[in-house]
Amino acid sequence: MNLATKDIKHNLGRFSLTSAGIGLLLMIVMGMGGIYRGLVEDATLLVERIGADLWVVQKNTRGPFAEMSRIPRDLADRALVVPGVETSFGFISYTIQRSYKGKPLRLTLQGLDWAADSGLWLPIAAGRSLGQAHYEMVADITSRLQVADKLKLGKNFFTVKGLTKGMTSPSGDSMVFMTLTDAQAVQYDMSPESIRIERIARVNRLFNMDLGQIQPQLSERASGLSSGIPALGTSMISAVLVRVKPGYNIEGVAKQIEAWPDVSVYTEQGQKQLLLKGIVERSRRQLGLFRRLLIIVSAIIMALILYTLTLDKLHDIAMLKLIGARNSVILGLIMQQAILLGCIGFCIAYLLGQWIFPYFPRRVVLMRGDLYSLAIIVFVISILASLLGIWRAMRADPGEVLA
Amino acid sequence: MSLFKDNLVLQAAGLTKIYGSGHTEVLAVRDVSLSVSRGEIVALLGPSGAGKTTLLTLLGLIRPPNTGRISIDGTLVFDNHQAKVNVRRFRRQKFGFVFQKTNLIPFLTAAENVRLAMEIDDQPARATRQRAMELLEYLGVAERARNLPSMLSGGEQQRVAVARALANRPSLILADEPTGSLDGVRGRQVMELFAKVAHEQNAGVIVVTHDHRALDVFDRTLEMEDGQLRKSHN
Repeated sequence: MNLATKDIKHNLGRFSLTSAGIGLLLMIVMGMGGIYRGLVEDATLLVERIGADLWVVQKNTRGPFAEMSRIPRDLADRALVVPGVETSFGFISYTIQRSYKGKPLRLTLQGLDWAADSGLWLPIAAGRSLGQAHYEMVADITSRLQVADKLKLGKNFFTVKGLTKGMTSPSGDSMVFMTLTDAQAVQYDMSPESIRIERIARVNRLFNMDLGQIQPQLSERASGLSSGIPALGTSMISAVLVRVKPGYNIEGVAKQIEAWPDVSVYTEQGQKQLLLKGIVERSRRQLGLFRRLLIIVSAIIMALILYTLTLDKLHDIAMLKLIGARNSVILGLIMQQAILLGCIGFCIAYLLGQWIFPYFPRRVVLMRGDLYSLAIIVFVISILASLLGIWRAMRADPGEVLA
Repeated sequence: MSLFKDNLVLQAAGLTKIYGSGHTEVLAVRDVSLSVSRGEIVALLGPSGAGKTTLLTLLGLIRPPNTGRISIDGTLVFDNHQAKVNVRRFRRQKFGFVFQKTNLIPFLTAAENVRLAMEIDDQPARATRQRAMELLEYLGVAERARNLPSMLSGGEQQRVAVARALANRPSLILADEPTGSLDGVRGRQVMELFAKVAHEQNAGVIVVTHDHRALDVFDRTLEMEDGQLRKSHN
């Protein structure tokens, strides 16, 4: 005869409510761990998906995700001639905020080096990847955009041609992929008035120089399109992604490129470390601390619940002692209930989490290893939490029954 | 060590119990000696505060005496305040307890309450089921075997409590005001039940009671006052 289950059956309503409460608490603990994993996964997702061997960025910066990096677009051509380089693509990444259907929409724009890179590596959940050089984009499903939606960015409308799943930036914003040229156009978009003012300022600067005074006809060129002025630099991008030929040493190629005085080079692993140690480190530590605190709080709450449940049974426990029950019978009654409470709470947490976590603003990733660890932790705190009740039960005086 | 006659189930000598110390010291039981034979039913009478329940806790091995010796079934159990055996195991195997409040475990059925006493003594489940039903039948409450205590009347609960007390074929049954919550008729029925149990099961029975209407069922009555046994009537 199992006293623990008999007691639970008799007080099923109270036990169910208590389990539900513990379950909710454990769901938060589980969610915290899941958010942490999601944070790490989001941070490294793009780097992993792109699969570049080397990331070439502006000298002494940790771009393009940890900080801003600006390098000329033709750096991709320079990199291509380095022995051992198979491909090199330009890449741009920045975050914008627009209003869409009356709600704020934050997007991290990723520029792909069309036509060499049309985003075939993207995890497309609906529609297709980029099919032409302009005015198309692929958005993540979390952006709430739908295939065929049109979004005005800069001076142009972009049509959503495909949707990805799980492509969010380290800060949780939905990623949007378009061609590098379009991404630059959006990034450097200026209002017509700003362009007019800039052209006037350019002409004024010209006439303040000897060149302008000697050759006044240059003012005609200066007041025109920026792209028509050869003296202005080429457009800027965030990074150049290099893939090394098979058989070549990645570190060796990196050393060659890093010898250039205007760039810094990171391997894929180095780029991931920058993301993990830089962007998500503080959040990771914060979440870890919060998670530990929640585990302690759960243990205390469980201990108090089990203590209260034991107090309610104290007369019965005294009676058991009086009729000669061994301590193991009493210990088993309390500890089995504690473990059952922990197990049911854990199952409720998992099932509720499966249902609720997809609605969390941040991605929650439940990894099997983390779930096993939490299950062991719950088992241990169930046992520890029962100790207070056991201690009280052991002190129960069988003589109380006669009082 | 056998100190007493073979038919004696209980022999207590010079029992004293003191609660508190210094100014708060209370002498609850002083120099009490008594013995009970197998098959004998003894009533323990006395006013409130006379020390009857305290004496019962000493005889039931629930609390140790400060001085005195207690032997059960010929085995010395307490020598002054020192236990000579595992008292909990001794309680499990040699004693049956019945109280004013039935103290049935509320989450167990009548049959399970009876089985519990046997299961904690590691008796096989099938045997406990059979014995529990036999006892409930013997006490006339077999049809309530599957009911929880809350679904039984006071008299039925008390019968189940007696069945639990008898489950392990005890040598000694201690009952503290077992009829306190019952009416006169049912109270007498319970007292007669104890007499029947004492005579048929060959167990010693000590019943603490205030109920003088059923004293004729007892083989012997002891009166207690100020922690001492004053009179004994056969």
